[in-house]
Amino acid sequence: MRGNTTEYAYNSKVEGEVVVSRADAVINWIRKHSVWPMPMGLACCAIEMMAVAASRFDISRFGMEVMRFSPRQADCMIVAGTVTYKMAEVVRRIYDQMAEPKWVVAMGACASTGGMYRSYAVLQGVDRVVPVDVYISGCPPRPEALLDGMMRLQDKISTEKSVTNLLKKDMHPAPALAEAAK
Amino acid sequence: MDDATAKQFLERFPEAKPRESLDYKAYDVPADKLVEVCRVLRDDFGFTMLTDSTAIDWGEETSPRFTGIYHLFSWLGARYVRIAANCPDDAAPALPSLVELFPIANWQERETFDMFGIRFTGHPDLRRILMWDDYPYHPLRKEFPLAGHDGDLPAADVAEATKAKVIPAPMMGGPFHAPQKDHMSKREPRGADQSWNEAKPKPCSKD
Repeated sequence: MRGNTTEYAYNSKVEGEVVVSRADAVINWIRKHSVWPMPMGLACCAIEMMAVAASRFDISRFGMEVMRFSPRQADCMIVAGTVTYKMAEVVRRIYDQMAEPKWVVAMGACASTGGMYRSYAVLQGVDRVVPVDVYISGCPPRPEALLDGMMRLQDKISTEKSVTNLLKKDMHPAPALAEAAK
Repeated sequence: MDDATAKQFLERFPEAKPRESLDYKAYDVPADKLVEVCRVLRDDFGFTMLTDSTAIDWGEETSPRFTGIYHLFSWLGARYVRIAANCPDDAAPALPSLVELFPIANWQERETFDMFGIRFTGHPDLRRILMWDDYPYHPLRKEFPLAGHDGDLPAADVAEATKAKVIPAPMMGGPFHAPQKDHMSKREPRGADQSWNEAKPKPCSKD
């Protein structure tokens, strides 16, 4: 069975030493199994994120153990924690410094919606300044929830039209950004 | 501060007025005597540590409106004393800075300045510490609404690229208050002030 999301179909009797696949599937397969997260740890969610990287939950099972603290070496920003208005600028600048392709995970209630901080100082959802691919609920989310979110991000990556997007300048135009460009 | 020390202290500073307190001893002192009182407490009474300094806003119609609060700690016998000083001017509140006595007062006074707008004369670097530099309000003042005011993001280029703004925080569904009438599983915590919501916003912009 070959569906739209099938990564590759290989039958050694038919194809011998040749693997026939789609370029999208190959590129996405490479990308989704080597996500390099950039831990944007801003509050208590970051502690759970550390647990995910440690041996008990072990994010390296999914090929994401290479946490990079430099945005230039990362392609998935995990916003873990409360984003204040003062920090929103920093989050956006770090996002801008990441090379394409890049994804953003809003980890926890605060990063997703402002959470319990209905406050004059807190950005009410990090999607106001960066385009978010996966939202993870929880306050803070369990490590399993982050792993689940990252696996869903892998699913999302595997459905992207990577070859078409290679020719585009901005692969992830956020709604707000697209409006600003008009 | 024990009774014997308190007696000595009051003999030294007769202008210090005992202040109502539920725990340890507290004194009101005039703002112009604040530095001298704290210096004597530090050097002669052993209160070598400024554990906290903050302020009180008594409300716009009260005078004196702002009171600076200082919690001093003595390692000799593990005792505290609290010193309070009213700001003489309500419109432009100011207090003398304690930075030269206690280096920790630097950041504490920056926070008090940020939140209350009290200027500390003699402070070497009186900038905001929590909110961004251009923020026009002092959030812990009584007239500042819980949700905040709308305004612009600190960085103009990010604000332009994202069209994000500083908005009054939505209070509906906020966690500030849980009604007590239903079972805990049914209760939805919400803002205590139910007279306004997302559909009928509170008029908190300055217009």
